[in-house]
Amino acid sequence: MSDPSESRPAEGKNDSATAADSGRTGISRRGFLKGAGLTAAGTALLDGVQAFSSEAPGASTHGVTELGPGPVPVRLHVNGAEHTVQIEPRTTLAEALRMHLGMTGTKVVCDRGVCSGCTFWLDKMPVNSCMTLAIDAVGHNVTTIEGISSEGEIHPLQAAFVKHDAMQCGFCTPGMVMSCAALLERNPHPSEHDVRHAISGNLCRCGTYPKIFAATLDVAGVTRNA
Amino acid sequence: MNNRVVEDALLQQSAVAPTKKTVQMPIGVPGYTLTEESREVPVTEPPVWPINKDLKYVGQSVERYDGQAKVSGRARYTSDVQLPGMLYAKFVNAPMPHAKVVSIDTSAAEKYPGVRGVHVIQHVLGNAVLRNPALDAVKYPVVRYAGQPVAAVAATTPAAAEEAAALVKVRYEAIPFVVDEIKARATDAPKVFPGAADEEGSAGGGGGPSDVRQTGNIHGPSIHRHGEIAQGFKDADVVVEGRYVTQVQTHSALETHGVVADWKPELLTVWASTQGTASVREELAGFFKIPLTQVRVITEFMGGGFGAKFGAGNPGVVAAALSNKTGAPVRLMLDREEEHLSVGNRPSSDQTLRIGAKQDGTITAIHLVAYGTAGCGTGAGCSGPASNLYKTAALHTEESDVFINAGPASAMRAPGHPQGAFALEQTIDELAVKLNMEPIDLRDKTDEHPVRRVERQVVRDSDLWKSRNPVAGASQGPVKRGVGMAQSVWYRFVSMSSSAEVRIYKDGSLEVLSAVQDIGSGVKTVMAQILAEQFGVPPAQIAVKVGDTHYPEGPNSGGSMTTLSLTPAVRDAAWQASQMFLSDIAPALGTTSDDLVLVDGEVRSRSGKFAPISFRRAAAKMATSQIAVQAKRIPDYDPKKYLTYGGIDVAEVEVDTELGRIHVRRVLSVHDCGRPMNPAQVISQINGGIIQGISYTLLENRLLDPIYGLMVNPDLEQYKIIGAREIPDIDVRLVEAYIGQSSTDASGIGEAAGVVSIGAAIGNAVYNAIGVRIRQTPMTPAVVLAALRAPAPGKELA
Repeated sequence: MSDPSESRPAEGKNDSATAADSGRTGISRRGFLKGAGLTAAGTALLDGVQAFSSEAPGASTHGVTELGPGPVPVRLHVNGAEHTVQIEPRTTLAEALRMHLGMTGTKVVCDRGVCSGCTFWLDKMPVNSCMTLAIDAVGHNVTTIEGISSEGEIHPLQAAFVKHDAMQCGFCTPGMVMSCAALLERNPHPSEHDVRHAISGNLCRCGTYPKIFAATLDVAGVTRNA
Repeated sequence: MNNRVVEDALLQQSAVAPTKKTVQMPIGVPGYTLTEESREVPVTEPPVWPINKDLKYVGQSVERYDGQAKVSGRARYTSDVQLPGMLYAKFVNAPMPHAKVVSIDTSAAEKYPGVRGVHVIQHVLGNAVLRNPALDAVKYPVVRYAGQPVAAVAATTPAAAEEAAALVKVRYEAIPFVVDEIKARATDAPKVFPGAADEEGSAGGGGGPSDVRQTGNIHGPSIHRHGEIAQGFKDADVVVEGRYVTQVQTHSALETHGVVADWKPELLTVWASTQGTASVREELAGFFKIPLTQVRVITEFMGGGFGAKFGAGNPGVVAAALSNKTGAPVRLMLDREEEHLSVGNRPSSDQTLRIGAKQDGTITAIHLVAYGTAGCGTGAGCSGPASNLYKTAALHTEESDVFINAGPASAMRAPGHPQGAFALEQTIDELAVKLNMEPIDLRDKTDEHPVRRVERQVVRDSDLWKSRNPVAGASQGPVKRGVGMAQSVWYRFVSMSSSAEVRIYKDGSLEVLSAVQDIGSGVKTVMAQILAEQFGVPPAQIAVKVGDTHYPEGPNSGGSMTTLSLTPAVRDAAWQASQMFLSDIAPALGTTSDDLVLVDGEVRSRSGKFAPISFRRAAAKMATSQIAVQAKRIPDYDPKKYLTYGGIDVAEVEVDTELGRIHVRRVLSVHDCGRPMNPAQVISQINGGIIQGISYTLLENRLLDPIYGLMVNPDLEQYKIIGAREIPDIDVRLVEAYIGQSSTDASGIGEAAGVVSIGAAIGNAVYNAIGVRIRQTPMTPAVVLAALRAPAPGKELA
């Protein structure tokens, strides 16, 4: 996971005491590690849990602020726009997107991180939103299927999915697009093996895989020629 | 057209004009057997279409109508529907496989913050129903499987509903249970039902016969016979026999079953994840005893069904009841575990199949004895392939359902056929070995279907088949390669409840409406193509409105019925609307309708009275704002002909004889579906059938714990489904097969596509690779290794 400080939105001068703010102004990384008793193995977790601050009122004896269990305001940066939602801290990002922001393009299928139907980008990394607490996305750029098109133009990969009929019922399609587009971001010239690997966690029950391979490789070819 | 004109036309038609006309239609496979046959058809039918290569939009791989909506996340599925004030409902499910419900205390749940209503289930749907309901004289439905819904809670948030559901106190009185289907057959096994019980099929098939006896948990046998089976075996030079066992598979559609129900005094509106808007409406109206006109069912997009999504089911009626009780819209979507447990599966099978044949390959006898479990439902019959693929002098099939305390089965993609073909097509392969015949030659001898004959030729000419070593187990080294083939069969089911309305608006825009739902097979695209062909307008410019019972009746999408049932109604409506349109604008163009013709998006005068004008400009001359024609499916032109269709699948496998792993490397899939309306979409479905079939053959397995009677893998990590890395190269060859049955001459593809035959093709390929026949699914490494270690005949079962 990349350092969130690199991708953190530049503004964030809102005075309201949101979870996002406490994350930014609160505990240092070292302080958190100490307070939560985390070891270096917890680094991946760390990027996500800075919403919990030790220095805000209500700090626990462990030096960690307890938010909730009731709704708290959380500021999310989704598809280039700031949104503040009132959610319980246990709310997953998938729930926050679908129920609180009306972004239902992200699909929940297994709700336990095995099918990748709910894939979004945390910064540029494809991540399961059913396994990500919304508060863990604070301070990151969240990109969803609704956000990968730019200025009304659909993403070349989305166009390729349509061209190759890389869908049937369409329920896995947003997750597939997000995983394959993330692959193209980090590797513009993938092999079929790379594509298979990139979506090895994405489950499709209609059996659209062959056309997803074709669509993704088609875009890679276009990139190559360009 | 005014009433006077219509009356005149009708008068003329009844008095003078004949009601039928004779047309010549293309029949057969272009490049192989194409010919013509004549058909007597109603005079109102449109002109006969030529074969696909001579059409502009139909038969072309036109872009999926809703592709942009699906790739962008805009497509709104039932689970995406949010209504103001909507409540979230959660089932309370039985935690044990067999029990009487003694009492249900909902008081704590009702007091929980956010809870708006609690519903106790009085009628559970899906399970087989006792012929004598008095045998279950209890207050609440008897629990017959772990996961059966007992009650439900509606609350303002999903979390509150889930927490409150845990507070519903249910007292159960456990009853002895059985989840092992072999043990369930014993006379002293615990009985799932206290008397005979039957399950009706759904619009997608499934369900079993209700006119059979029941002994303990054995519901059946249902017996079918023709010819003298004993004589058939006496006449045989060679007899092959095997026992084939297949497991239970769950549908595992990505969108779970569920609805959003909004009960208002004047109208119950239900968004449903369903394969049949009509079936949901009928079940809700029947259950609540309200007129059909007071129920509206909407399915804009649907995230997979595969046969399990017909009717309102428990989620539908419970959500509607909770909406009625609370006065608010209620969403009830199942979670993944419930989806595995309570809303259907493909039954298992335990088949003993015996086939006798003459030395020349003529089949003299086919004898099938099959058991299978559909849980606490019925529908495990699997004799379709044995009864319908090959010519035989004598046929005898006996099929029994075995009740166990597990969730009821439902129709699943080609009900009974993957199971039946797994046994039949491996037995035919074994027969070919015994007769020292090529598997294709043997089938040429015994399979009379004219299209499969062509398909076998395609296989014979393929590089993949040519690469097959006829000697089994011939490859060197521990990883052995093999190639095998198997055939599939499905049937031409027509739903006459198929109507469409075509509207022409004065601005030249065109619209087609039907209650039919697009479950991913792409019927919306095909509807647009048909209008495009008629009016010469690109398909993307056609507005297609489906998935709403407010529109003209549509077929339920099961049994490969949708395209073949609905498209003729769409074409008839489009044709009739175009004729009405020409009559309507003729006066404004200073001519008569017989002088006008609509070609390539232009209205032309036959006599050259005016230069061709575009359809859009012509539409501006309409007398009123819209012309609308509704047409209903008419019966097939010749319902006695071409009742079945199918295809052939060839699999290339590598079997690691040290690890027991089977890897399917390549598949050649040769299939027919009448006139393919949109080849790209047909190929998508065939890919899907192949992939689902490989997954079923090698990986998937619903596992029940015999001690507790619970499913141990009700998720998507332990319930193994094939993923991207195991997908073979799939080469689909579509065979256009014209049969002269309707104005579009389409057939279906969902069932016949691969899923029927790929399991046996893999079995035959594995035999070709290692010289040992695997007669059990899933063919896990353990099964393969056990078969390799104990290859004695009749002992291959691991």
